[in-house]
Amino acid sequence: MGFLTIQGVSHRFPGVRGGPPTEALSRTDLSVADNDFIAILGPSGCGKSTLLRIVAGLERPTTGEVLLDGQPVAGPGPDRGMVFQSYTLFPWLTVEQNILFGSRATPERAAQLIARVGLRGFERHYPKMLSGGMQQRTALARALANDPKILLLDEPFGALDNQTRALMQELLLGIWETDRKTVLFVTHDIDEAIFMANRVAVLSARPGRIKADVKIELPHPRHYTMKTSPAFSAYKAQLTEEIRIEALKAVEMQHA
Amino acid sequence: MRRMRLKPLVPVTLERRIVLGVVFFVGFVGLWFLLTWSGAVPRVFLASPLQTLLSGWDLFATQKFGFDVGMTIWRVVGGFLMAAVIAVPLGIAMGAYKPIEAFFEPFVSFARYLPASAFIPLLILWAGIGEMQKLLVIFIGSVFQIILMVALIVGSTRRDLIEAAYTLGADGRGIVRRVMLPGAAPQIAETLRLVLGWAWTYVIVAELVGAESGIGHMIMDSQRLLDTGQMIFGIFCIGVIGLVSDFAFKWANQRLYPWAF
Repeated sequence: MGFLTIQGVSHRFPGVRGGPPTEALSRTDLSVADNDFIAILGPSGCGKSTLLRIVAGLERPTTGEVLLDGQPVAGPGPDRGMVFQSYTLFPWLTVEQNILFGSRATPERAAQLIARVGLRGFERHYPKMLSGGMQQRTALARALANDPKILLLDEPFGALDNQTRALMQELLLGIWETDRKTVLFVTHDIDEAIFMANRVAVLSARPGRIKADVKIELPHPRHYTMKTSPAFSAYKAQLTEEIRIEALKAVEMQHA
Repeated sequence: MRRMRLKPLVPVTLERRIVLGVVFFVGFVGLWFLLTWSGAVPRVFLASPLQTLLSGWDLFATQKFGFDVGMTIWRVVGGFLMAAVIAVPLGIAMGAYKPIEAFFEPFVSFARYLPASAFIPLLILWAGIGEMQKLLVIFIGSVFQIILMVALIVGSTRRDLIEAAYTLGADGRGIVRRVMLPGAAPQIAETLRLVLGWAWTYVIVAELVGAESGIGHMIMDSQRLLDTGQMIFGIFCIGVIGLVSDFAFKWANQRLYPWAF
């Protein structure tokens, strides 16, 4: 038993206008240890976001259940913090007020996190005055301020440009290396998955299921120069192969 | 002058915007002046700009027109506030909770198409020709519009913001109070501004029928005396008051909701 246990979880969206239902996720099992950093890697439309949303309690699984610290997940709650791909800061609140939104956030913790994500001096700014990267840093601080048991990240850097994205990866990794937190990170970016995670679960094309579970044995703390190391390249070659097959399948399905 | 080339959505400078806006007014008044001065339109049908201004002066100086203006403003504001006090909370409840929406929405959608002015004879029967009847015309004209528009605004709150709030520990009531309400507030204020503009047309209709005071009443009186100057000045007054209230509303919204503008 892990800290987070996903048992036989599948998900099926009801058919549109009497059509057949869409199977987004076939029966999936996954066990995550406490303070581990897991990436879920898969081609677009493979159901990886659905899996994360089920863990968050925003979506109900058709079968199976999710246990966090022994407790079954019945709905969304403050013990599972989430950062979304879209910008979800509350536009009417300042950076500081956004970070304090959570039911368990405290001003001391908020101030600490504002410094940690490099937003000092921007406490009173509204989200529309911030760049995309700053907004996602605020969203990350907001999720962490609530002190969740697990951090769920749904392609949080997906909308950012490459340079900002790389800096955000280092920032998040740095926070994980010092604070240790259980993290479930969904991405379609192979480099991102290898660089950040201790374990990469590769999801197959729809209906998604875990087809490979790869341990990333790169030492911490990780430095960005590691992305060009031979060990990194070997992981990349292996995962690229796995993903390519699935991406091809996904494309074929669309044309079928 | 440099030739102006029109291209879609290319902004104009502030000076040019003001010049263009003023040019239209000058042209409008100029044409009006020419039509009356040349005798192309007889005086009985259309007073000259100067005549209209003199009539306005006379109205305020000797006919206590200030009182009429005050009465009309009070009716609009009173009827509009009655409508807003009922419609905004109901609209929010409908937007947030689907069973409440299902209960009220069909009736409100139907009632929205009942023309407020058609109620005037009935309202005179029910409420007489006193102030209550005028207020009710405004009320009927505004309340259903506000309910539906507020319900639509609140109901279209961004789903991802609601989900984010849930993952931060908010419960159902917290979602309404901390996400839906603050998110919808600027648009609700804009809706009120829009409906207030419509309320101005209802009040004049209400005052054209069986009123003892008000701008509409003055216009009716002037018709009997064939005083087109006063009639035009009355209409002009409504436009100015509408413009001022619109600016005040816009200014207040921008102050209240700096994050949205």
